[in-house]
Amino acid sequence: MVRREVFKVAFATIVRKEVNRFVRIWPQTILPPAVSMALYFVIFGNLIGTRVGQMDGFSYIDFIAPGLIMMSVMNNAYANVVSSFFGAKFQHHVEEMLVAPIPNWVILAGYITGGVLRGLAVGVVVTAIAMCFTHLRVSSVLTIIAILLLTTVLFSLGGMVNAIYAKKFDDISIIPTFLLTPLIYLGGVFYSIDLLPPFWKAVSYANPIVYMVDAFRYGLLGTSHTHLGAAFAIITLFVIALGGYALTLLERGTGIKS
Amino acid sequence: MNPPAPRERTHSPHAMNALEILGLEKVYANGTHALHGINLQVAEGDFFALLGPNGAGKSTTIGIVSSLVKKTAGTIRVFGHDLTQNWFEARSLLGIVPQEINFSQFETSLEIILNQAGYYGLPRPLAMERAEKYLTQLGLWERRNDLSRTLSGGFKRRLMIARALVHEPKLLILDEPTAGVDVELRRSMWTFLRDMNRGGTTIVLTTHYLEEAESLCQHVAIIDHGRIIERTTIKELLATLPTETFVLDLDTVMESPPALPQYALRMRDRTTLEVDLARGQDMNDLFINLTHSNVRIRSMRNKSNRLEELFLSRVNRNPEPEKGNGQA
Repeated sequence: MVRREVFKVAFATIVRKEVNRFVRIWPQTILPPAVSMALYFVIFGNLIGTRVGQMDGFSYIDFIAPGLIMMSVMNNAYANVVSSFFGAKFQHHVEEMLVAPIPNWVILAGYITGGVLRGLAVGVVVTAIAMCFTHLRVSSVLTIIAILLLTTVLFSLGGMVNAIYAKKFDDISIIPTFLLTPLIYLGGVFYSIDLLPPFWKAVSYANPIVYMVDAFRYGLLGTSHTHLGAAFAIITLFVIALGGYALTLLERGTGIKS
Repeated sequence: MNPPAPRERTHSPHAMNALEILGLEKVYANGTHALHGINLQVAEGDFFALLGPNGAGKSTTIGIVSSLVKKTAGTIRVFGHDLTQNWFEARSLLGIVPQEINFSQFETSLEIILNQAGYYGLPRPLAMERAEKYLTQLGLWERRNDLSRTLSGGFKRRLMIARALVHEPKLLILDEPTAGVDVELRRSMWTFLRDMNRGGTTIVLTTHYLEEAESLCQHVAIIDHGRIIERTTIKELLATLPTETFVLDLDTVMESPPALPQYALRMRDRTTLEVDLARGQDMNDLFINLTHSNVRIRSMRNKSNRLEELFLSRVNRNPEPEKGNGQA
């Protein structure tokens, strides 16, 4: 059989398996972000938001909606790959792929696509919830699609690297808890970067999540603190670097071959 | 029930090697030198046993052939395809049944088989056809929609075999396939594997059970301390056993073994006698001597520790790991 055909079928198999997995366990994968988002909108949007007033010229609930959607998308893209690939390592069924005639880049692409699809699926659900609380406008569809794809790919790659290094279940929660959550919360989801003193504003620009949230907010609200081109360039660079790193780890057999 | 007699197979002198291992070395990150330049060839169509005690290097060898363990040095060829250079062709021809259960506990038997078929590039309709064929042959079709974690140990073993066969490999490698399964299932697996081999699939298995190797295999290699210390036919191997132990069930109740100093006799209990027959000692002479000692024998069987004896004899003969490899 022609290699390309084998790789295509293998890729589709991994993606199908990944989608089946997160759909099968939807109470653990789709429902929690929906509940969290509803609570965020009720508490920060309706109760506290009405007292906060305007942010960057928008009502507070309108301002935080893009960031909240992005937060769910990032977390879920990451969580899908880290838990699925670590689970495959833990139960040893990653070996099913390692013995088969498929290259590591196909395995990586399959898992990343699974993470992207879960991120987008959750994004659709939380957007639907957001629309129950606020009227979402769309400023640039192209920007929304591009930034969602790049962000989900980047966070899926992050999940893959985490899963490759993880030796026990604790290891797959350390990065999300101690690195991603602070970066996301300090990434301009709940406040405008302009509110920060100059020093902390400069520090914030070193946080790549600021660019993702800001670019997505631009796609919806049409307002941005960062240069859109710079945002895409930075995210793309991170995708290339992390993608190359993840592939190198798989080629070396780190964490999966003795 | 006695295991079926081994079949005599002949191979064409021009037959291709299904598996060639040349100078295979493995040093683990912790410094353990697991394999010391192993050389091994398995002819196409052979049913080959790789025997060895725990920690001898069997699973490391299988792991490297399966691409699950990184080699330190050496070459592996599957039907002439180098596993490193031509990995696509080599892996496509290989089917692996590992020792430990390694499928998702949250998927059904059918999903596991279909996924594996997909990893080998089988289109969905063909994958479904093959899944039905092999799940049926291994008695799992009725349980195809059961989650794998709900299957018994025996069914899990069968599922691993079905999974390894779905892409119809030319070389099937089984790492202790019958470890921990009951006698009935072991026998049915033997029949199944024998039929696979008759159908043209080359089979390599590792096992602790000499009966298994004796029943199924024509050629055998013994690995110890990461070296091949013997590579021969199963018949020749068994012929080299220094002693063979038999268990005799007696009609006579006895407190101590009869005084026959030329035999190593011991009582297992008051109606069971064990005897070690050295090479050259005649079974008829033993019976005559026992009859003269008023011992009546009701039945007799082999004690199933011949592999242990064989290992001990080989390892004792080759105590130093510095000894060179047996060439296949």
